Amino acid sequence: MADYQHIVLNEVADITVVHFLDSRIIEDLAIQQLGAELFSLVEVDGRKKLVLNFSTVNFMSSSALSKLINLHKKVVAAGGSMKLCNISPDIREIFTITNLNRLFDIRKEEADAIAAF
Amino acid sequence: MSEGADLFSAEQWAWYRDVELNSDSTDCTRGLLDEILNTLMTVGWENKLVFGVHLSMEEALVNAVKHGNKYNPAKKVHVRVGISSNLFRAEIADEGDGFDPNKLPDPTDPDYLDKPNGRGVMLMRNFMSKVEYNPKGNAVFMEKVR
Repeated sequence: MADYQHIVLNEVADITVVHFLDSRIIEDLAIQQLGAELFSLVEVDGRKKLVLNFSTVNFMSSSALSKLINLHKKVVAAGGSMKLCNISPDIREIFTITNLNRLFDIRKEEADAIAAF
Repeated sequence: MSEGADLFSAEQWAWYRDVELNSDSTDCTRGLLDEILNTLMTVGWENKLVFGVHLSMEEALVNAVKHGNKYNPAKKVHVRVGISSNLFRAEIADEGDGFDPNKLPDPTDPDYLDKPNGRGVMLMRNFMSKVEYNPKGNAVFMEKVR
């Protein structure tokens, strides 16, 4: 398994649950590395069912949205799907304002997201 | 934004900064952002409002460094920030060519929904009480009333 700097993976059957190690996902060098790690899950590992658990994330900017949108495209192109969960109310508002709550499948808890596949 | 000077000098700020930031990396903005967040919390702003100011400043500063100055180390980002117990004001100016904020696509348009960029200004407008650009489009004025 690859050595990740920004994410931790848990596997539940054929579903990969991603936890973030950074509490802030913002525009800096780290976000490029985070993007590369997330994309590799699909492009290198061939994972097709992803759950992104945001329980540790208390701040993110539109730069993070860009990474998530690109990841979503890659997952869909590979014939898979991804779910988001455990999003704080403040960050949830970012998804609502931008209408990205319509693009992404957002669930309240990790168990809900896993059950939704 | 010629009235900007009056907007900043007319208020009795609990905290005020007039600084120039480097443009070689967005990391150059971190120290100022941390100072702003700490000050807002010290003077009693609620966490939800601090989140909105944080997001708006993050977006504006990244736009200035990345899109305005294009990471050019010879260019500066000029920032003025005033904070009181009930008012936040900031002006962020870069040395780039500017842009027309009215020509940005609507990121909530269904046809645009899966495009990765172009949401920063929209988020600023939602979380701030007022967001205005100068005619050239290389300086933004933001205000949040508590």
